[in-house]
Amino acid sequence: MSTSSNSSAPLLEMRAIHKSFPGVQALKDVDLIVHPGEILALLGENGAGKSTLMRILDGVFPPDSGQIIWQGQPVNLRSPHDAQAIGISMIHQEIALIPYLDVGKNIYLGREPRGVVPGMIHWRKLYADASEQLARLGLTIDPRTPVRDLSIAQQQMVEVAKALSLDARLIVMDEPTSSLTDTEVETLFAQMRRLKEQGVSIVFISHRLNEIFTVAERVTVLRDGTLVGSKPVRELTQDELIRMMVGRDVADIYMRDEQDAPAVGTSAPILEVRNLTRGDAIEDISFTLNRGEIVGIAGLVGAGRTELAETLFGVHPPTSGEVLLNGTALRLNSPAQAIRQGIALVTEDRKAQGLFLRMSVGTNITMKLLAKLASFGIIPGGKVKRVGSEFVEKLNIRTPSLGQRVRNLSGGNQQKVVIAKWLTLQPRVLILDEPTRGIDVGAKAEIHRLMRALVAQGVGILMISSELPEVLGVTDRVLVMREGRLVAEFNTRQTSQDEIMTAATGAKTSW
Amino acid sequence: MVTILRRGTVFIFLIGLFVFFSLSSDRFFQDRNLTNILVQNAHIIIVTVGMSLTMISGGIDLSVGSVAALCGAISAGLMVRNGLPAEVSILLGLALGFVIGAINGALVVFGKLPPFIATLATLGVARGLTLYYTEGRPVSGLTEAYTFWGRGSINDIPTPLIVWLIVVVAFTVMMTRTRFGLHVYAVGGNQETARLAGIPVDRVKILCYALSGMLAALAGVLLTGRVNSAQPQAASGLELEAITAAVLGGVSLFGGVGNIPGGVVGALLVGVLGNGMNLLRVQSYPQQIIQGVVLVSAVAIDMLTKRLESASKRTKSAASR
Repeated sequence: MSTSSNSSAPLLEMRAIHKSFPGVQALKDVDLIVHPGEILALLGENGAGKSTLMRILDGVFPPDSGQIIWQGQPVNLRSPHDAQAIGISMIHQEIALIPYLDVGKNIYLGREPRGVVPGMIHWRKLYADASEQLARLGLTIDPRTPVRDLSIAQQQMVEVAKALSLDARLIVMDEPTSSLTDTEVETLFAQMRRLKEQGVSIVFISHRLNEIFTVAERVTVLRDGTLVGSKPVRELTQDELIRMMVGRDVADIYMRDEQDAPAVGTSAPILEVRNLTRGDAIEDISFTLNRGEIVGIAGLVGAGRTELAETLFGVHPPTSGEVLLNGTALRLNSPAQAIRQGIALVTEDRKAQGLFLRMSVGTNITMKLLAKLASFGIIPGGKVKRVGSEFVEKLNIRTPSLGQRVRNLSGGNQQKVVIAKWLTLQPRVLILDEPTRGIDVGAKAEIHRLMRALVAQGVGILMISSELPEVLGVTDRVLVMREGRLVAEFNTRQTSQDEIMTAATGAKTSW
Repeated sequence: MVTILRRGTVFIFLIGLFVFFSLSSDRFFQDRNLTNILVQNAHIIIVTVGMSLTMISGGIDLSVGSVAALCGAISAGLMVRNGLPAEVSILLGLALGFVIGAINGALVVFGKLPPFIATLATLGVARGLTLYYTEGRPVSGLTEAYTFWGRGSINDIPTPLIVWLIVVVAFTVMMTRTRFGLHVYAVGGNQETARLAGIPVDRVKILCYALSGMLAALAGVLLTGRVNSAQPQAASGLELEAITAAVLGGVSLFGGVGNIPGGVVGALLVGVLGNGMNLLRVQSYPQQIIQGVVLVSAVAIDMLTKRLESASKRTKSAASR
């Protein structure tokens, strides 16, 4: 099937696409080819130009130069509506359905079957047609269900059904798996294969390499706005793919610099947690974090890891137990108090809790410092600028200027801004909750390097992470939590993913 | 649970008020008074229908009270001063309301003004025009052909009751059965998605404001007919009552949610509250205070349900992981 489709005429060709925005060359001479009935993975780090390319394809903005050829004809796409009309549908990460309307209305919105009386809707036909579209995907959702009552995975399927009802020949899925469970991902892949059998092509954007190997036939890789290459997936190994993506060897990514690593247990303890309990969220937690050490906290979602971090940061005061920082008992009644004593928490959800998205990079970085910098309530622009530039440089934050709004940065750079904000306070203990979630391999590596540099200066880092390779690659020790308790502690160099997973799940036997 | 809260509160409130007023005033639960409630609040109900429409589309119309006064005054003036037949004067009044509403819509759509500001400005302008036109004095001398709409009856059924019933049925059908109605929900629910689906978002919005303006004018005509003269300060504060009614009736301030019958129940609640307070001889100043408190409570409940909804959604999706 795949070989025959590859030999046929391409469905879509984007040729020599150039696009620049003020100060940034977003795309340089990029080609993209999609064959009929093909699943193509589009891969690249954040900021590599994937979304710019897809937005050009969606007609959001035109390329500066280059051609889009659809089924052999050059086309000029001036709006997403144009793209939709010729058979290109986008399924964005943020679901674009109307939550309060039901499934059927969402699918046929703007194209409602007309009733006998002008202006009226033929509801029976609408719901029958909707059922038919859903059935094409093997779905049994009642088309009268309000969309907000569906799971994210189901909502995505409704978007696919909507695309099919528009006779889409090409569906672009932008990180469709990022908020799905493993089972849901399996179902999605089955659907994608089913669509392919029906002759629909899919461009699949994902950061998860194993998914690309599972579902895609061909992969096109972008880096820094240029095309690195386009190859059948079966001719590639995971390492080769990462190398194409980041332009350096995979070994660098999780490799620690052995010389920098402190000998575990010999350094002085910086944070001592003794019998810490808060309600039934966390129970009787005791551990020590040494100066210059990175300790990972592993566990399943809901094991109490975030709750532990929040307790250490004073979000919710502990009900019993104590925490010592450099031998002195900490008072943890509010985050402000924790901050004053030298503790910083980079939360899991950077957009909601860590950043002022509409404010500039400079303002975000110096936000925590303002109280110290300001005199008589007046913010000194010069100092703000100096501190801002210093951290932009130190953390290698890629931004055209300090004045750039944070929401225009890539996920990895946003995360660096959050970290910079806390570093301005020179914390002694830095707690990172899923610091690299949703950011690409290159930015991940940079954040890991930054963590190494920080501990070399004597900071202690607690890192919560659900990615075991990350935990194994970055930390010195691993604490494992389950149901609010600390159930195991491992020296990172002497443990394995299996061992940690067994402790986290409480499985008696290896699985 | 949340849906029950949203749908149920208004009925619980309404029943509670009924019980309370029936116990505290022996005149409340009488046929005449109950009919009175249905007739005297016709203008609130009609304006609430328009308010629900603009709110569901994701906007709001603060100008309804002044537009009602202006269109009432001008339709009365056209008849009394210019000698036009009552029916023609009334139709011109409604047309004026439609045009003013369309201007509101155009300010929102093309002027990119927040609906709050655009219609607030119109509130001021329309009231000023009313005062200018009437020179601050009531326009009186209306014939029965005009006042029929506000105080007449057909087969013993009061005309205002018939008018608002027709309005409510017509707009309910429009919102539930027609493409336009669906598009209003879509625009209020997610404007970008609606635009992408090929819905003429701008036209839908402008039409919502225009219809709201026209309904405000209709309310003004009924009110003018009922009191037998066009008062320059008529219907001031009507926007407060209509917003309260709509929110009580489950229309969300955030757009995309609500329905016309709900808004009507909310309007009846506001009406019963006013009627009951009158019977209990609560003076008009404290009445306004109570109305304000009811609005704040209704909005607070709306916000709370919204929060509960997203919270229950989060736990649901967390559980499914």
